[in-house]
Amino acid sequence: MLAKRIIPCLDVTDGRVVKGVNFVDLIDAGDPVEAAMAYNAQQADELVFLDITASSDNRGTMVDVVRRTAAHCFIPLTVGGGIRSVENMHEMLMAGADKVGVNTSAVKNPDLVDAGAKAFGSQCIVVAIDAKREGPGKWGVYTHGGRTPVGLDAVEWAKEVWRRGAGEILLTSMDADGTQAGYDLGLTAAVSEAVGIPVIASGGAGNLDHMVEVLEQGKADAVLAASIFHFGKHTVGEAKRHFAKHGIPVRPPFGAASA
Amino acid sequence: MKVVLIDYGAGNIRSVANALNALGIEPEVVADPARLDGTTHLVLPGVGSFGDCMSRLNERGLVEPLRERIAAGTPYLGICLGYQILFETSEETSEGVAGLGIFKGRVKRFEDQPGLKVPHMGWNSVVPRKPDSGFWGGLGREPYFYYVHSYFPAPEDDSIIAAETTYGADTFAAAIQTDTILAAQFHPEKSQEAGQQLLKNFFALTA
Repeated sequence: MLAKRIIPCLDVTDGRVVKGVNFVDLIDAGDPVEAAMAYNAQQADELVFLDITASSDNRGTMVDVVRRTAAHCFIPLTVGGGIRSVENMHEMLMAGADKVGVNTSAVKNPDLVDAGAKAFGSQCIVVAIDAKREGPGKWGVYTHGGRTPVGLDAVEWAKEVWRRGAGEILLTSMDADGTQAGYDLGLTAAVSEAVGIPVIASGGAGNLDHMVEVLEQGKADAVLAASIFHFGKHTVGEAKRHFAKHGIPVRPPFGAASA
Repeated sequence: MKVVLIDYGAGNIRSVANALNALGIEPEVVADPARLDGTTHLVLPGVGSFGDCMSRLNERGLVEPLRERIAAGTPYLGICLGYQILFETSEETSEGVAGLGIFKGRVKRFEDQPGLKVPHMGWNSVVPRKPDSGFWGGLGREPYFYYVHSYFPAPEDDSIIAAETTYGADTFAAAIQTDTILAAQFHPEKSQEAGQQLLKNFFALTA
C-alpha cells in the first residue's frame, strides 16, 4: 500500500542550516549535509532543502550542498528557493536533486511550471503555495513569507499549476506556520480535493497527532515538518510508529517487513 | 567489468551513478554508441516521457545498438523509462512511437478513479512473484521502493513478471526479470537500503 510520507525540511542560508538542528549525534549541527544524513539514518521518506536567502550568489553554495547530500542519501531530494528559470532547475537536478520547488517565481511567471514540466517531467516540479485565510473557506496566495498578497485564490492557483504540469503541491498555511498548534486542516483538504496530484501539508506541526489529523482529515499525501524533528522532540521513526497505530500506512524500517 | 550508464540527455544520471558508486561500481556514462565496445552491463535510468526518451535515443543512434546487445544477453538494468521502453509502445505517445520491443506488451496509464492521485508518488510495497530467484534476496517479503510515475508496462508474457505493486484499482508489473534483464518501474537508486540491496543482487547475479 502506498505509504504516507514524512518529509523533514531544512532551511538553509549561505550553506548553513538556519537555527541549527539539535540531534545528539551531530558534530556540526549547522551543516546541512550532516543534518540530511541524520534524517536519512532515521528513515525519512524524502528531504527538502529550502534556500531561504535564495540570492543568485548563494546558488553555487546550494549546488554544492545538494551534490554532497545526493552522494550519500539515497532518498528523494527536493530543492527550493531562488529557482527562477529552467536553467536553475537544470543546475539543481544535475547536482543530484530529484525535484525542484518553485513558489514566488511561479506566481510571477506561471509559464515556468509548464516549461519545467516539459523539460524534466511533471514529477520534478513541486509548486510551493503559501496560503493565508481570508474568510470562511477562503485562502489567498501570499509571497515573501506571508507579507505580500498576490491576489490569487489558493485553491484556484493549485488547480492552475496542476493543469500546467506540476507534479506535486507543497502547501504551507501562513496562519499555522510557526504556531505548533496544528496544520490548517480546512485549507489542506480543500486543496487536496481540488487537485489530482499529491499534496504535502506544511506549517503548524506541534505534535504527532497534528500530523495524523492532516493526513486523515486534511487528506494530505505527505507531511513536511521542521522544528518538531530538528529539536529532537520526535524522531521520524516515532512519527511512523504513531501513524501505524492510527492505521496510517507508513514505510516500515528496512528489514522489518519480513518479520 | 564495464558498466555503462546510458545518457540520453534527460534522465537523472547522477542519482544512479551515486547509488552505484556506493556499491563500489564506477559506471561509464555513455551517449555515443561508438563507446559501447566491451560493455558488460547496461544501465538505463530515466525520467521524462516515453516518446521523448525514444527520440533522444534515436538521435544518438543508440536504439539498434541497445536492442542488439540486450537481445544478445548483455545484462541490462532498466529503471522507470528504462523499463518501459523494453515494450512495444506506450499510451503516453499519441503517435504510437515504438519502443525497443524486446518484450510484447504496451505501457498503460493508471485508470482514472475518484480521489486517486496521479502520478503515483512515494513509497509503495512490492510483492515479488519469484522471491527465490536471487534478485530479491535479503529484501524480505514486501520491500518498499520509491515510485514516481503515471504509466506502467503491461507485459503480454506473464512469466517475466518479477514483482507486483497495487495502486488504486491497478495491480501492475512492478518489475520484470529474465536471466540477464532486471527492469523496474520504481527507483532503486532512491530507495535507500532496499534499493542498494536490489542493485547489489543484480550485479552479483549477472557478474
